[in-house]
Amino acid sequence: MITKRIIPCLDVRDGRVVKGKNFLGLRDVSSPVRLAEFYSDSGADELVFYDITASAEGRAIFTDILTECARKIFIPLTVGGGINSIADFDRVLKCGADKVSVNSGAIKNPSLVYEAAKRYGSQCVVLSVDIKRVDGSFRVFARGGRDDTGIEAIEWLRRGVGNGAGEIVVNSIDTDGVKGGFDLELLAAVCEAVDVPVIASGGAGSIGDFITLFKTLPGVDAGLAASVFHFGEIDIKTLKAALTRENIPVRI
Amino acid sequence: MTVIIDYGVGNLFSLASSLEFIGEAAKVSGDPEKIRRADRIILPGVGAFGDAAAKLRESGLDRVIIEEAGAGKPLLGICLGMQLLFERSFEFGEHRGLGLIPGSVRPIRDIIGEGLKVLHIGWNRLIFPEGKPKSRLYKYTREGEYVYFVHSYHGADYEEYISAYTDYGALLTASVENAAGFVFGTQYHPEKSGRVGLEILRAFCEIGGRP
Repeated sequence: MITKRIIPCLDVRDGRVVKGKNFLGLRDVSSPVRLAEFYSDSGADELVFYDITASAEGRAIFTDILTECARKIFIPLTVGGGINSIADFDRVLKCGADKVSVNSGAIKNPSLVYEAAKRYGSQCVVLSVDIKRVDGSFRVFARGGRDDTGIEAIEWLRRGVGNGAGEIVVNSIDTDGVKGGFDLELLAAVCEAVDVPVIASGGAGSIGDFITLFKTLPGVDAGLAASVFHFGEIDIKTLKAALTRENIPVRI
Repeated sequence: MTVIIDYGVGNLFSLASSLEFIGEAAKVSGDPEKIRRADRIILPGVGAFGDAAAKLRESGLDRVIIEEAGAGKPLLGICLGMQLLFERSFEFGEHRGLGLIPGSVRPIRDIIGEGLKVLHIGWNRLIFPEGKPKSRLYKYTREGEYVYFVHSYHGADYEEYISAYTDYGALLTASVENAAGFVFGTQYHPEKSGRVGLEILRAFCEIGGRP
């Protein structure tokens, strides 16, 4: 049976991981390469590198880091952040990314998902969406969750999949950072609407939250988190052992 | 020396890196001479079968691959590269493949049953066929280990060429091998399958050609 994936996300600014803590035996926690190796060895099924750099120099450092990771780490690597054009896809794919995650870029350029899927295949295009409840409906937010676009989120995702997105990352702004669990209501609505893999993001605070996620919503394929892994609150090996005990299939 | 065939399809960076990581001398090339001089060849690929098959034919590399494999040079097709080894594919119409493995490439949708997503993506287990000696590709691999898949079609028709299955609501073809034992194909990505994948690549790189 296909396993549920556990995906740590590394936010990288100017070549350094933004948040992190001192893991045992890991001296340089802000080195993306060291941290990525640590996660890969701990049993991460995939890694997401999110480039939150604004400058061109930062971008160049980011792709150098990506290349170094791709030379050493042999699990799927997804890159997101600042992906606005086919040229951006090209830049990160050449450096070893397997999948590219598009967020605000798909809002600014409505044909981006379609063009990228046509050129690189749907398996390469991940549509990531920041979603927040506004007046009782799910809305798409842009620019890292700052701007309400007014777009209805479920319809947006459905259209994205129709245009060729091969996977969906659902970031719930309402649950993000709260550490009270994933946004099950939103995720259920998304699973109902699309037939591609759904990756849940935002809200993981404990191992129990992952168990609840996969037990409640069998349609969710993966759980993504950043800080709970970086701060060592959840160890991936321990998490996977707990999921196995609950009969949730994971790669051990 | 292993040559990874470059025919304008897919991203070869990870594959080249994985061979480098296990200490295998590898070159990415679309030059027929380099392919002929190689000890073994890898045919990668992602995307649509029809486009990839057309690119192989336009470049004339299809003949080179068929001749080299026919002479007993170890060949490994990965993902779409594995599907290209088959006689034909029914992805968006009907397309001719290299014909190195008997059978056809068919949509998994037809066999996996209701409720499963038609893109099989993620980590799944290798299941070895019963009553068959283990493929040389799995010299360092145990049954039940996990590898990384991304596909919605698979090679089918003849059980005798299947060296491993995986279970996704039905048994899907995870890898194939021809009767002579020099042509291999993996539906999964060994270069993305962590330690297990690297060991599969190492086993392939240790296979010598027909003397």
